[in-house]
Amino acid sequence: MTEILVVTSGKGGVGKTTTSASLACGLALRGKKVAVIDFDVGLRNLDLIMGCERRVVYDFVNVIQGDCTLKQALIKDKRLESLYVLAASQTRDKDALSAEGVRKVLDELIAEGFDYILCDSPAGIEKGAHLAMYYADRAVVVVNPEVSSVRDSDRILGLLAAKTARAEKGDDKVQEYLLLTRYSPARVALGEMMSVEDVKEILGLDVIGVIPESTEVLSASNAGTPVILNEGSDVSQAYTDAVGRLLGEELPLRFTEEPKKGFFARIFGS
Amino acid sequence: MGLLALFRRSQPSANLAKERLRIIVAQERGARNAPDYLPLLRRELLEVIRKYVNVDPEAVQVNVEREDGHEVLELSVSLASEKPAR
Repeated sequence: MTEILVVTSGKGGVGKTTTSASLACGLALRGKKVAVIDFDVGLRNLDLIMGCERRVVYDFVNVIQGDCTLKQALIKDKRLESLYVLAASQTRDKDALSAEGVRKVLDELIAEGFDYILCDSPAGIEKGAHLAMYYADRAVVVVNPEVSSVRDSDRILGLLAAKTARAEKGDDKVQEYLLLTRYSPARVALGEMMSVEDVKEILGLDVIGVIPESTEVLSASNAGTPVILNEGSDVSQAYTDAVGRLLGEELPLRFTEEPKKGFFARIFGS
Repeated sequence: MGLLALFRRSQPSANLAKERLRIIVAQERGARNAPDYLPLLRRELLEVIRKYVNVDPEAVQVNVEREDGHEVLELSVSLASEKPAR
Protein backbone atom coordinates (compact mmCIF):
# COMPACT_ATOMS: atom_id res chain seq x y z
CA MET A 1 0.00 0.00 0.00
CA THR A 2 1.35 3.36 -0.98
CA GLU A 3 0.49 6.32 1.17
CA ILE A 4 0.49 9.85 -0.20
CA LEU A 5 1.38 12.58 2.26
CA VAL A 6 1.29 16.32 1.64
CA VAL A 7 3.42 18.73 3.62
CA THR A 8 1.65 22.06 3.46
CA SER A 9 1.14 25.32 5.37
CA GLY A 10 -0.31 28.20 3.42
CA LYS A 11 2.28 30.66 4.66
CA GLY A 12 5.79 30.61 3.23
CA GLY A 13 9.00 30.21 5.16
CA VAL A 14 7.60 28.12 7.99
CA GLY A 15 9.63 25.00 7.22
CA LYS A 16 7.69 22.94 4.68
CA THR A 17 10.70 21.91 2.64
CA THR A 18 12.88 21.32 5.71
CA THR A 19 10.08 19.14 7.08
CA SER A 20 9.51 17.27 3.81
CA ALA A 21 13.21 16.47 3.53
CA SER A 22 13.49 15.29 7.12
CA LEU A 23 10.29 13.23 7.14
CA ALA A 24 11.31 11.59 3.85
CA CYS A 25 14.75 10.72 5.25
CA GLY A 26 13.24 9.54 8.51
CA LEU A 27 10.84 7.18 6.73
CA ALA A 28 13.67 5.88 4.54
CA LEU A 29 15.78 5.30 7.67
CA ARG A 30 12.96 3.03 8.83
CA GLY A 31 13.40 0.99 5.67
CA LYS A 32 10.47 2.47 3.75
CA LYS A 33 10.75 3.17 0.04
CA VAL A 34 10.13 6.89 -0.23
CA ALA A 35 9.75 9.43 -3.02
CA VAL A 36 9.67 13.13 -2.16
CA ILE A 37 8.30 15.48 -4.82
CA ASP A 38 8.82 19.24 -5.04
CA PHE A 39 5.57 20.86 -6.25
CA ASP A 40 6.95 24.40 -6.22
CA VAL A 41 7.14 24.92 -9.98
CA GLY A 42 9.38 27.86 -10.81
CA LEU A 43 10.91 28.00 -7.33
CA ARG A 44 12.67 24.66 -6.95
CA ASN A 45 14.35 24.28 -3.56
CA LEU A 46 13.90 20.77 -2.23
CA ASP A 47 16.96 19.72 -4.25
CA LEU A 48 19.13 22.20 -2.32
CA ILE A 49 17.82 21.08 1.06
CA MET A 50 18.38 17.43 0.06
CA GLY A 51 21.85 18.29 -1.28
CA CYS A 52 21.22 16.91 -4.78
CA GLU A 53 20.92 20.17 -6.74
CA ARG A 54 23.79 19.31 -9.08
CA ARG A 55 22.29 15.99 -10.02
CA VAL A 56 18.99 17.33 -11.37
CA VAL A 57 18.77 16.48 -15.06
CA TYR A 58 15.04 15.99 -15.55
CA ASP A 59 12.22 17.28 -13.39
CA PHE A 60 8.58 16.68 -12.48
CA VAL A 61 7.23 18.62 -15.48
CA ASN A 62 9.55 16.75 -17.87
CA VAL A 63 7.99 13.48 -16.69
CA ILE A 64 4.46 14.81 -17.04
CA GLN A 65 5.16 16.10 -20.54
CA GLY A 66 6.83 12.85 -21.57
CA ASP A 67 10.29 14.36 -22.19
CA CYS A 68 11.79 11.56 -20.11
CA THR A 69 10.77 8.52 -18.10
CA LEU A 70 10.04 8.68 -14.40
CA LYS A 71 13.12 6.54 -13.72
CA GLN A 72 15.33 9.07 -15.49
CA ALA A 73 13.95 11.93 -13.40
CA LEU A 74 14.04 10.28 -9.98
CA ILE A 75 17.24 11.23 -8.16
CA LYS A 76 18.47 8.47 -5.89
CA ASP A 77 19.72 9.76 -2.56
CA LYS A 78 23.42 9.16 -1.91
CA ARG A 79 22.94 8.54 1.80
CA LEU A 80 19.82 6.42 1.97
CA GLU A 81 19.21 3.42 -0.24
CA SER A 82 15.43 3.67 -0.49
CA LEU A 83 15.02 7.45 -0.90
CA TYR A 84 14.31 9.28 -4.17
CA VAL A 85 13.79 12.95 -5.01
CA LEU A 86 11.74 14.37 -7.87
CA ALA A 87 12.73 17.98 -8.46
CA ALA A 88 10.36 20.79 -9.40
CA SER A 89 10.67 22.36 -12.79
CA GLN A 90 12.16 25.84 -13.06
CA THR A 91 9.79 26.71 -15.89
CA ARG A 92 7.83 29.92 -15.59
CA ASP A 93 4.76 28.27 -17.08
CA LYS A 94 2.35 28.02 -14.17
CA ASP A 95 0.09 25.62 -16.03
CA ALA A 96 2.82 23.04 -16.51
CA LEU A 97 1.25 20.92 -13.76
CA SER A 98 -2.13 19.34 -14.29
CA ALA A 99 -4.23 17.04 -12.15
CA GLU A 100 -4.04 14.27 -14.79
CA GLY A 101 -0.28 14.68 -15.10
CA VAL A 102 0.20 14.47 -11.35
CA ARG A 103 -2.08 11.43 -11.15
CA LYS A 104 -0.04 9.70 -13.87
CA VAL A 105 3.24 10.21 -11.99
CA LEU A 106 1.71 9.11 -8.69
CA ASP A 107 0.28 5.97 -10.31
CA GLU A 108 3.67 5.13 -11.75
CA LEU A 109 5.31 5.56 -8.34
CA ILE A 110 2.64 3.34 -6.80
CA ALA A 111 3.34 0.71 -9.47
CA GLU A 112 7.05 0.94 -8.62
CA GLY A 113 6.22 -0.16 -5.09
CA PHE A 114 6.90 3.02 -3.16
CA ASP A 115 5.63 2.92 0.43
CA TYR A 116 5.39 6.68 0.84
CA ILE A 117 5.08 9.59 -1.56
CA LEU A 118 5.70 12.96 0.08
CA CYS A 119 4.38 16.02 -1.72
CA ASP A 120 6.23 19.18 -0.72
CA SER A 121 3.67 21.93 -1.33
CA PRO A 122 4.51 25.47 -2.40
CA ALA A 123 3.30 28.33 -0.21
CA GLY A 124 0.01 30.01 -1.03
CA ILE A 125 -3.29 28.57 -2.20
CA GLU A 126 -2.65 28.61 -5.94
CA LYS A 127 -2.48 25.72 -8.37
CA GLY A 128 0.76 24.15 -7.13
CA ALA A 129 -0.50 24.02 -3.55
CA HIS A 130 -3.85 22.72 -4.74
CA LEU A 131 -2.28 19.89 -6.77
CA ALA A 132 0.16 18.98 -4.00
CA MET A 133 -2.74 18.27 -1.64
CA TYR A 134 -5.23 16.97 -4.20
CA TYR A 135 -4.43 13.24 -4.03
CA ALA A 136 -3.22 13.16 -0.43
CA ASP A 137 -4.26 10.54 2.09
CA ARG A 138 -2.77 12.44 5.00
CA ALA A 139 -1.60 16.01 5.47
CA VAL A 140 1.12 17.42 7.67
CA VAL A 141 0.32 21.08 8.28
CA VAL A 142 3.48 22.97 9.21
CA VAL A 143 2.81 25.89 11.53
CA ASN A 144 4.90 28.49 13.35
CA PRO A 145 3.46 29.58 16.70
CA GLU A 146 2.65 32.99 15.27
CA VAL A 147 -0.63 34.64 14.21
CA SER A 148 -0.28 34.79 10.43
CA SER A 149 0.96 31.23 10.14
CA VAL A 150 -1.88 29.87 12.30
CA ARG A 151 -4.52 31.77 10.36
CA ASP A 152 -3.15 30.65 6.97
CA SER A 153 -3.04 27.05 8.19
CA ASP A 154 -6.70 27.24 8.99
CA ARG A 155 -7.41 28.29 5.40
CA ILE A 156 -5.42 25.28 4.24
CA LEU A 157 -7.52 23.06 6.51
CA GLY A 158 -10.60 24.42 4.75
CA LEU A 159 -9.11 23.49 1.37
CA LEU A 160 -8.11 20.02 2.58
CA ALA A 161 -11.70 19.45 3.65
CA ALA A 162 -13.19 20.63 0.35
CA LYS A 163 -10.74 20.62 -2.55
CA THR A 164 -9.14 17.20 -2.48
CA ALA A 165 -9.95 14.03 -4.39
CA ARG A 166 -11.07 12.43 -1.13
CA ALA A 167 -13.41 15.31 -0.36
CA GLU A 168 -14.83 15.38 -3.88
CA LYS A 169 -15.42 11.63 -4.00
CA GLY A 170 -16.88 11.58 -0.50
CA ASP A 171 -14.23 9.14 0.76
CA ASP A 172 -12.83 9.32 4.28
CA LYS A 173 -11.46 12.78 4.80
CA VAL A 174 -7.76 13.59 4.48
CA GLN A 175 -6.19 13.05 7.88
CA GLU A 176 -4.58 16.24 9.09
CA TYR A 177 -1.78 16.67 11.58
CA LEU A 178 -0.15 19.69 13.15
CA LEU A 179 3.62 20.02 13.05
CA LEU A 180 4.87 23.05 14.96
CA THR A 181 8.25 24.43 13.98
CA ARG A 182 10.54 27.11 15.43
CA TYR A 183 9.13 26.39 18.87
CA SER A 184 10.81 28.16 21.73
CA PRO A 185 9.85 26.69 25.13
CA ALA A 186 11.63 29.55 26.92
CA ARG A 187 9.49 32.16 25.18
CA VAL A 188 6.37 30.10 25.77
CA ALA A 189 7.24 30.01 29.48
CA LEU A 190 7.50 33.82 29.47
CA GLY A 191 4.12 34.12 27.79
CA GLU A 192 5.66 35.62 24.67
CA MET A 193 4.80 32.75 22.34
CA MET A 194 1.69 30.63 21.93
CA SER A 195 2.08 27.14 23.33
CA VAL A 196 1.51 23.81 21.59
CA GLU A 197 -1.77 23.58 23.46
CA ASP A 198 -2.86 27.04 22.29
CA VAL A 199 -2.26 26.28 18.61
CA LYS A 200 -3.73 22.81 18.92
CA GLU A 201 -6.86 24.25 20.46
CA ILE A 202 -7.31 26.97 17.82
CA LEU A 203 -6.81 24.63 14.86
CA GLY A 204 -8.32 21.53 16.42
CA LEU A 205 -5.60 19.19 15.14
CA ASP A 206 -3.60 16.29 16.52
CA VAL A 207 0.06 17.11 17.01
CA ILE A 208 2.49 14.98 15.01
CA GLY A 209 5.59 16.88 16.07
CA VAL A 210 7.06 19.93 17.74
CA ILE A 211 10.39 21.08 16.35
CA PRO A 212 12.38 23.40 18.60
CA GLU A 213 13.88 26.63 17.27
CA SER A 214 17.52 25.86 16.58
CA THR A 215 20.58 27.07 14.70
CA GLU A 216 20.94 23.46 13.48
CA VAL A 217 18.27 23.99 10.81
CA LEU A 218 20.20 26.72 9.01
CA SER A 219 23.52 24.93 9.20
CA ALA A 220 21.94 21.74 7.86
CA SER A 221 20.38 23.56 4.92
CA ASN A 222 23.69 25.34 4.31
CA ALA A 223 25.28 21.92 3.99
CA GLY A 224 22.48 20.28 1.99
CA THR A 225 21.89 17.69 4.69
CA PRO A 226 18.33 17.09 5.86
CA VAL A 227 18.47 18.15 9.49
CA ILE A 228 17.11 14.83 10.76
CA LEU A 229 20.48 13.31 9.77
CA ASN A 230 22.32 15.50 12.33
CA GLU A 231 21.97 12.72 14.82
CA GLY A 232 21.79 13.62 18.48
CA SER A 233 20.56 17.17 17.94
CA ASP A 234 17.22 18.16 19.46
CA VAL A 235 15.79 18.96 16.02
CA SER A 236 16.82 15.58 14.66
CA GLN A 237 15.26 13.78 17.61
CA ALA A 238 12.08 15.83 17.31
CA TYR A 239 11.75 14.93 13.61
CA THR A 240 12.55 11.29 14.38
CA ASP A 241 9.69 11.28 16.89
CA ALA A 242 7.37 12.81 14.27
CA VAL A 243 8.28 9.99 11.86
CA GLY A 244 7.51 7.45 14.58
CA ARG A 245 4.10 9.04 15.14
CA LEU A 246 3.41 8.98 11.39
CA LEU A 247 4.07 5.25 11.57
CA GLY A 248 1.52 4.95 14.35
CA GLU A 249 3.76 4.94 17.41
CA GLU A 250 2.60 6.75 20.53
CA LEU A 251 5.44 8.93 21.71
CA PRO A 252 5.35 11.70 24.31
CA LEU A 253 6.28 15.18 23.09
CA ARG A 254 9.86 16.22 23.82
CA PHE A 255 11.66 19.58 23.74
CA THR A 256 8.49 21.44 24.66
CA GLU A 257 9.63 22.33 28.18
CA GLU A 258 12.34 24.81 29.03
CA PRO A 259 15.45 22.98 30.23
CA LYS A 260 16.13 23.63 33.90
CA LYS A 261 18.93 26.14 34.26
CA GLY A 262 21.51 26.17 36.98
CA PHE A 263 21.76 28.95 39.55
CA PHE A 264 24.47 30.92 37.74
CA ALA A 265 22.80 30.65 34.36
CA ARG A 266 19.65 32.09 35.84
CA ILE A 267 21.44 35.03 37.43
CA PHE A 268 23.79 35.91 34.59
CA GLY A 269 21.83 34.77 31.58
CA SER A 270 22.83 32.08 29.15
CA MET B 1 17.31 35.40 30.69
CA GLY B 2 19.65 37.32 32.96
CA LEU B 3 19.06 39.61 35.88
CA LEU B 4 18.62 42.66 33.67
CA ALA B 5 15.90 41.02 31.64
CA LEU B 6 13.82 40.71 34.79
CA PHE B 7 13.48 44.49 34.92
CA ARG B 8 12.64 45.10 31.32
CA ARG B 9 10.48 42.13 30.53
CA SER B 10 8.10 42.69 27.64
CA GLN B 11 4.38 42.34 28.18
CA PRO B 12 3.39 38.71 27.64
CA SER B 13 1.47 38.76 24.37
CA ALA B 14 0.79 35.09 23.66
CA ASN B 15 -2.68 35.32 25.17
CA LEU B 16 -3.47 38.28 22.99
CA ALA B 17 -2.45 36.28 19.91
CA LYS B 18 -4.57 33.36 20.99
CA GLU B 19 -7.67 35.45 21.62
CA ARG B 20 -7.38 37.31 18.33
CA LEU B 21 -6.90 34.06 16.44
CA ARG B 22 -9.77 32.37 18.17
CA ILE B 23 -12.13 35.09 16.97
CA ILE B 24 -10.86 35.48 13.41
CA VAL B 25 -10.59 31.74 12.82
CA ALA B 26 -14.14 31.16 14.04
CA GLN B 27 -15.39 33.97 11.82
CA GLU B 28 -13.56 32.70 8.74
CA ARG B 29 -14.72 29.14 9.33
CA GLY B 30 -18.28 30.41 9.51
CA ALA B 31 -17.89 32.24 6.21
CA ARG B 32 -16.34 29.14 4.64
CA ASN B 33 -19.35 26.97 5.41
CA ALA B 34 -21.89 29.60 4.44
CA PRO B 35 -23.83 29.28 1.17
CA ASP B 36 -22.23 30.92 -1.88
CA TYR B 37 -25.10 33.33 -2.41
CA LEU B 38 -24.67 35.12 0.91
CA PRO B 39 -22.24 37.86 -0.20
CA LEU B 40 -24.41 38.69 -3.23
CA LEU B 41 -27.59 38.65 -1.17
CA ARG B 42 -25.96 40.93 1.32
CA ARG B 43 -24.84 43.38 -1.36
CA GLU B 44 -28.25 43.53 -3.02
CA LEU B 45 -30.02 43.99 0.29
CA LEU B 46 -27.63 46.79 1.09
CA GLU B 47 -28.46 48.51 -2.22
CA VAL B 48 -32.19 48.28 -1.59
CA ILE B 49 -31.91 49.54 1.97
CA ARG B 50 -29.73 52.41 0.85
CA LYS B 51 -32.47 53.65 -1.45
CA TYR B 52 -34.39 54.58 1.68
CA VAL B 53 -31.93 54.87 4.52
CA ASN B 54 -28.31 55.87 4.61
CA VAL B 55 -26.50 52.99 6.28
CA ASP B 56 -22.89 51.88 6.52
CA PRO B 57 -21.83 48.87 4.45
CA GLU B 58 -21.18 47.01 7.70
CA ALA B 59 -24.69 47.78 8.95
CA VAL B 60 -26.18 44.87 7.04
CA GLN B 61 -25.32 41.44 8.42
CA VAL B 62 -26.57 38.24 6.84
CA ASN B 63 -25.87 34.92 8.50
CA VAL B 64 -27.03 31.38 8.19
CA GLU B 65 -27.27 29.64 11.53
CA ARG B 66 -27.66 25.91 11.70
CA GLU B 67 -29.78 24.72 14.56
CA ASP B 68 -30.56 21.06 14.99
CA GLY B 69 -32.18 20.02 11.74
CA HIS B 70 -33.03 23.40 10.25
CA GLU B 71 -31.32 26.53 9.03
CA VAL B 72 -32.15 30.07 10.02
CA LEU B 73 -31.36 32.98 7.72
CA GLU B 74 -30.60 35.81 10.06
CA LEU B 75 -30.73 39.36 8.77
CA SER B 76 -29.71 42.28 10.88
CA VAL B 77 -29.71 45.91 9.80
CA SER B 78 -28.53 48.52 12.24
CA LEU B 79 -29.81 51.99 11.41
CA ALA B 80 -27.82 55.03 12.34
CA SER B 81 -29.74 57.64 14.35
CA GLU B 82 -29.44 60.16 11.48
CA LYS B 83 -31.97 61.36 8.92
CA PRO B 84 -33.03 59.42 5.79
CA ALA B 85 -30.96 59.66 2.59
CA ARG B 86 -33.35 62.03 0.83
